Amino acid sequence: MNKGVAITGMGIISSIGNNVEENLNALKSVSHGISRIDLIETRHKDDIMVGEIKKTNEDLIKELGLDPLNSFSRTAMLGAIAAKEALVDAQISDINEYRTGFISGTSVGGMDTTEKFYLQYPESEENRRFIKAQHAGYTTQSVSNYLGINGYVSTISTACSSAANAIMLGARMIKAGKIDRMIVGGTDALSKFTINGFGTLMILSDEECTPFDDNRKGLNLGEAAAFLVLESEEIVEKENKKILGRVAGWANANDAYHQTASSSNGEGAYLAMKKALKIAGLEPQEIDYVNAHGTATPNNDLSEGVAMTRIFGEDKTPVFSSTKAFTGHTLAAAGSVEAVYSLLSLRENLIFPNLNFKTKMQEFALVPQTELLSKELNTILSNSFGFGGNCSTLIFTK
Amino acid sequence: MGECYINGIANISAQPTTDADRFLEEIISHKTSIFKAHDPNYKEFIKPAAMRRMSKSVKMGVTAASIALNNSGVEMPDAIITGTGMGCKQDSEKFLEKILYDDEQFLTPTLFIQSTHNTVGGQVALGLGCKAYNLTYVQGAASFESSLIDAQLMLLEEPEKNILVGGIDEVAKNSTLLHKLDGQIKEDDIDVINLLNSKTGGTVHSEGATFMMLGSKKTDTSHAKIVDIETISKASSEEAEKHIEAFLDRKGISIKDVDAVILGNNGDIDYDHYYRNLQDSLFSETEQLCYKHLIGDYPVASSFGFWLGCKIFEKNTVPDILKVNSTTAKKYDTVLLYNQYLGKNHSIALLQRC
Repeated sequence: MNKGVAITGMGIISSIGNNVEENLNALKSVSHGISRIDLIETRHKDDIMVGEIKKTNEDLIKELGLDPLNSFSRTAMLGAIAAKEALVDAQISDINEYRTGFISGTSVGGMDTTEKFYLQYPESEENRRFIKAQHAGYTTQSVSNYLGINGYVSTISTACSSAANAIMLGARMIKAGKIDRMIVGGTDALSKFTINGFGTLMILSDEECTPFDDNRKGLNLGEAAAFLVLESEEIVEKENKKILGRVAGWANANDAYHQTASSSNGEGAYLAMKKALKIAGLEPQEIDYVNAHGTATPNNDLSEGVAMTRIFGEDKTPVFSSTKAFTGHTLAAAGSVEAVYSLLSLRENLIFPNLNFKTKMQEFALVPQTELLSKELNTILSNSFGFGGNCSTLIFTK
Repeated sequence: MGECYINGIANISAQPTTDADRFLEEIISHKTSIFKAHDPNYKEFIKPAAMRRMSKSVKMGVTAASIALNNSGVEMPDAIITGTGMGCKQDSEKFLEKILYDDEQFLTPTLFIQSTHNTVGGQVALGLGCKAYNLTYVQGAASFESSLIDAQLMLLEEPEKNILVGGIDEVAKNSTLLHKLDGQIKEDDIDVINLLNSKTGGTVHSEGATFMMLGSKKTDTSHAKIVDIETISKASSEEAEKHIEAFLDRKGISIKDVDAVILGNNGDIDYDHYYRNLQDSLFSETEQLCYKHLIGDYPVASSFGFWLGCKIFEKNTVPDILKVNSTTAKKYDTVLLYNQYLGKNHSIALLQRC
């Protein structure tokens, strides 16, 4: 088995908690974060359910101690909160003691501010500092500047697999000795743009989402940020660091089927899982648990399920669940949110349930884990898929 | 470190650069502060039915990818990595405006589907049926270089791979204009050829695409070797200079080994001192070349520098229009590229003849 790259810190903010321990408590007490929209002015307020973080931008500005004339979008502020927690968790006080980089995944970037001010820009100078903040790279640099990281900083935008790809790149760069320490993850805030975008695709549920259920109606959008600290073996040994787990396998493949829909045989997902297992040096039966992408759209759950049956065998698929019914689909952040949950699963030897499941899908025999389950866990496979055919798989080990 | 060769290259820009035999013999004069790419005949590369829905980014990207593939002789890449600073702005803008003007009603999915930053990477994969690794970087002026860093790392891990790397950015009607409001683009139109002597803030904005096929082995079609590449998120002018020195040091290359330096001067009086400082210090004795007075600036404009480097090696000559000092190199074997935007997203790259 590949030893993998050490994870020494994690941080998260989501609709079920403002930090790691709050998220764990919500997962353990099976208390989800799906609600109606409170903080965004949209005509779809009463049509859909979302995983919204019940903090206003003013709350977040205060929490981060930002200048009132800052140009942080909500996406950037959520990112800064989660990344900061990850650094504290890894007990990093001098960020530039080692060659340290930052990689964030985002799909909306500063869209939440753009859609608020776009029509005012020509007339009023007041909010023009946010024009630049629209761009995804700017969101990332708002966070990296906040953390004091000035060297390698990058942004990945592969829709809903962005954060998974950020974790993958960080692990690869550390393994190759290109850098000593990398903060990796993703952040996305709710926006009218994505609410309407997914709305036009008719894949938003008006109820709490039901991953892998035969009668699933679509996804709940969510917002979140989550980051991990990855460190080289040298740092880990020298500083005797506590290790939360390791990124042992990774892969990225393209479904090359349709710009947004997944293929019915789950080819991209199959290829990603297969290669990630190979890189980890694991056989499919050595996976203890799968944290599925499981968005609860008819298309994703079918495609992913078929891919799992192809990899593991229909009757040999490991215990699996989607945690999207807790948080909603947090788009670019989903891969790192679920990485944090996977690390918590490894630490607590607990599998968090797939909520709201009632009826087995007709197409295969797969049934997700619907209750909190105690189980010795050593290896977890986590999937993230996105528009553009992007399929990514990560494998975490103890 | 693994070797990294450019085994195929294509560029679309505001100058006629798609004809492989030509090297800026003909210059198009641009007189506005926002101008579009010089379009090749996209119909030669894209079927009419597919083209109808394509935004400019997708058209430029798919076409440049196709030329680069042909140029390299590789039929199917083993990875597709794209970089874009602003993504598919045209479709994003249209979708956003519909939301705002029509109060979130009467929307259709096509614009949303094509609005994501990875649309071009996805479309190139779809067109080729390429199921391999596919990634999109969005890091302002370092977007293209971020893609190259990934590709270089991949060639170290899996040297047998052929990796298609591309940079794409497009002009959009209203959101590009917003950059005039915040001072990124010059308020008044100018004769772009005189950009480098401008005494005002901001730059001029355009669009384009560069695609390259990278591999770890030199082939019959190799244009250049990428010795190394580095991006730096934030640096002062003095720090940037130190980064460049350290970069060359690590490669065992002295300043006098650099035959020419390709710089990203964009006529922004508030930020061109990053380049001027280097022109007056490290590279005062080196042949200095600039290009944004020909193609404008945009996040992946720096990818044009790689195309220039390849052309210089191939033709063994430099068009006068690029030269900004009186030094002429004795030979063109080693070329250094440096770019930044608003003091952020610096990139350093070293190309060598192969």
